Amino acid sequence: MPEKPIKGEKRYFMTGNEVVAYAALAAGADIMYGYPITPQNEIMHYWTRLAPRYGKDFLQTEDELSAGFTTVGGVLAGKKSFTATAGPGNTLMQEPVSMAEAMRLPIVVVIQQRGGPSTATVIYSQQEVTMTTIGGNGEGFRIVYSTATHQELFDYTIKAFNAAWKYRFPTFVLGDGYQAKMRESLTMYDPEEKGIPIVPSEPYVGKPGVPGVDRPPGQYRNTYNVEEELYEVVENLARDFNAIAPEVAEYESLEAGRSDLVVVSHGVISRAVKEAVSELREAGASVGYFRPVTLRPLAEKELRDAANKAKAMLLVESANGQMARLIKDAAYGCKAEMIPLYKPGMGITAEEVAAKIRSILG
Amino acid sequence: MAKAVKIILAGEGGQGVQSVAEIIAEAANEEGREALYIPNFGVEQRGGVSVAYLQIGDRPIGSPKFLKADIVIALSDRAVYRTLKYVGPETVFVYDAGIKGVEDVIPKSARKVLAIPALQVANEELNPRVFNVIIMGAVVRATEVVSQDRAKDAIEKKLGYKFEKNPELRDLNFKAIDRGAELVTGLV
Amino acid sequence: MSLQLAMPKSWRVDTKPHKFCPGCGHGLVLKALGQAIDELGIQDRTVYGCDIGCSLLSWDFFNFDSIQTHHGRTTPVITGLKRANPNLIGIAYMGDGGGYAIGSQHLVNAASRNEKITVILVNNTQYGMTGGQMAPTTMPGQKTETSPYGRDPEKTGYPTQGPEMVAAVTREGAYVARGTVSNPRQLRGFIKKALENQIQGRGFSFVEVLSTCPTNWRTNAEETWKFVEKEMTRYFKVGEIKVPEPRHEEGK
Ligand SMILES: Cc1ncc(C[n+]2csc(CCOP(=O)(O)OP(=O)(O)O)c2C)c(N)n1
Ligand code: SF4
Ligand SMILES: [Mg+2]
Repeated sequence: MPEKPIKGEKRYFMTGNEVVAYAALAAGADIMYGYPITPQNEIMHYWTRLAPRYGKDFLQTEDELSAGFTTVGGVLAGKKSFTATAGPGNTLMQEPVSMAEAMRLPIVVVIQQRGGPSTATVIYSQQEVTMTTIGGNGEGFRIVYSTATHQELFDYTIKAFNAAWKYRFPTFVLGDGYQAKMRESLTMYDPEEKGIPIVPSEPYVGKPGVPGVDRPPGQYRNTYNVEEELYEVVENLARDFNAIAPEVAEYESLEAGRSDLVVVSHGVISRAVKEAVSELREAGASVGYFRPVTLRPLAEKELRDAANKAKAMLLVESANGQMARLIKDAAYGCKAEMIPLYKPGMGITAEEVAAKIRSILG
Repeated sequence: MAKAVKIILAGEGGQGVQSVAEIIAEAANEEGREALYIPNFGVEQRGGVSVAYLQIGDRPIGSPKFLKADIVIALSDRAVYRTLKYVGPETVFVYDAGIKGVEDVIPKSARKVLAIPALQVANEELNPRVFNVIIMGAVVRATEVVSQDRAKDAIEKKLGYKFEKNPELRDLNFKAIDRGAELVTGLV
Repeated sequence: MSLQLAMPKSWRVDTKPHKFCPGCGHGLVLKALGQAIDELGIQDRTVYGCDIGCSLLSWDFFNFDSIQTHHGRTTPVITGLKRANPNLIGIAYMGDGGGYAIGSQHLVNAASRNEKITVILVNNTQYGMTGGQMAPTTMPGQKTETSPYGRDPEKTGYPTQGPEMVAAVTREGAYVARGTVSNPRQLRGFIKKALENQIQGRGFSFVEVLSTCPTNWRTNAEETWKFVEKEMTRYFKVGEIKVPEPRHEEGK
């Protein structure tokens, strides 16, 4: 059986779903649990073809509740476990994610956003931001990477497994239907050959020895008797999450602290924004961009800094203000006026962003 | 640096527009250029028109889909209707000359409208099976996103295993590229 | 030349030709359903719920009031509707993924409660709408997108015996049958009896239909029919599985 799926560095041209399957292998994932849903199906299709060749496993479950909870079970057994879903499947996924959040279980979930609400379209949107960052009956103690290119899909899928097992919070890779289905180039590599260490996994239950004799029993709960008990648990979760936030948070920016207007976007939309901003800067406009790579936790300090120096921020997304809510919350009290460009469930082109920037700058 | 060339290919299910787009994208990638290709998909596609969005350039490509294309190639009457919204003043609109009754719906504002007899050439001179390869030749020549030789290399890469068994197929496919290119030479 | 049979009266003419692939079994099932409803004369009080799966394409198929629900959730939507207005005839139409995987808890519980609704479930051995993944009904050895090396019953079990399961959890008054698109006359009879069972308020009624999906099976016409008639019937026995006792009044 070949040990490593990828050796050396090589340029590929493929779909995003294929990229995710390879990245999960490269990251040392052991098992995928999943339920079909467009536009993530091909992650499963590629995984089911590749996995047996590398001694990896797959289970197709009866729905996403089950896919999420079996992923939880896989993690409890100490295996690097992941699932992938979208739209209404993400809705169902919130229950298992909330258990993982409460118990610090490092499940990895790949989301390829599609249109909502309800079944809507199987194609594309950025409408799963609220659900992915703060869904479930909890406080949103999760790590969420929003990717923009196939290279990032590869890099951040690997990073997601590492971050999950390092920090022990459920971790999402937030893509979308366009990224899932489009083909573009990327360079794949073996992370360890590149000096990216793979964080090892570890069982929560079933460790060697007799519980109570050789080792303390591994016992995990999510139910508490009184308010104070729960309060302490959530306070601890919040403290730990806030402590790792500066280390986990990632962003990308261009002249965000030195421009009158800063365009904020995430994921695939940031490609169009970058194109528009670069073009208008070449023409002399005072415009920059800020792009949160992690939507949870956000790079708050840098965002606030930009929001205090700019006169206005243009918030661009394929949703009706879901990213904007995160941004406005983090930038509360900052100087910049917040201007929306929302197109729920629709792509946004560089031309549209450029036209909006021009109309703002006058 | 020049902006990416934006191409729309649209046709009926069996016409092979997606494989044409994919092969051109791969050929451009092989040349070290930036290429992005995305098919339409969704519930609509069932029995609907198949649309391929293709962009090729030298800088990272922005959004995967776009509002106006530099060139639209429509291979059926339904494909003509489906792609009208991508036609702007800079667009070259190419459709198969065999499609009847659409002359009036194509926007007069397009930079250029071309009816090419690809289907006829396929049926009468070459082989119906290489219809989409003729289209590929036409796209490659009209846009110059990759060279004709590169296009042939890409076909060789995809179908080489078939060509080994039947070398006449290679000639047929390469001829289809050349004939497709001829159909638009000097017109765009 | 084959004779083009007239459309059932209850079909919506302006939404035809329908949106299923050529050779798809869904159209045949909906034809049998339309004819059964015509014969019973209940078009005015039928409410039709379709699942998410290729069944979603039928949301405007009939001249009935119709609701497209969520994947797997048609049974509870129709249950709620029937409970709130028992005069309506509630039909839940779904695929095998919708009914036996994501919606199985609803099927089992609606059947156990003997809900007075009719569930019609189309078994095409895989997930059609999403491009041909394994379903609970996938045959041993059958290749699908998520069982690319063939379904291994050791790892993923044997095809779900849906009607047998429903028959096991329902009490008297329920009607359970398995029909096939290769016998439309018999299928129409089963569906009609299922609806009559609901009209008479006797209990849950359930018809599974062995159906075709040439698109994802990647079969030609001949192979398609062979698969339904020869392969599928090895695991899925066609016939009535549970029929309520005749009522005493009926003899009078
Ligand atoms: C919660 C949720 N998960 C997944 C899906 C994606 N999905 C749509 S249709 C379908 C499968 C349909 O298969 P089946 O029920 O067998 O019907 P068929 O298309 O074969 O008739 C799935 C998994 C969804 N819409 N909602
Ligand atoms: S995919 Fe299969 S089930 Fe769906 S419409 Fe086509 S043939 Fe029918
Ligand atoms: Mg099915």
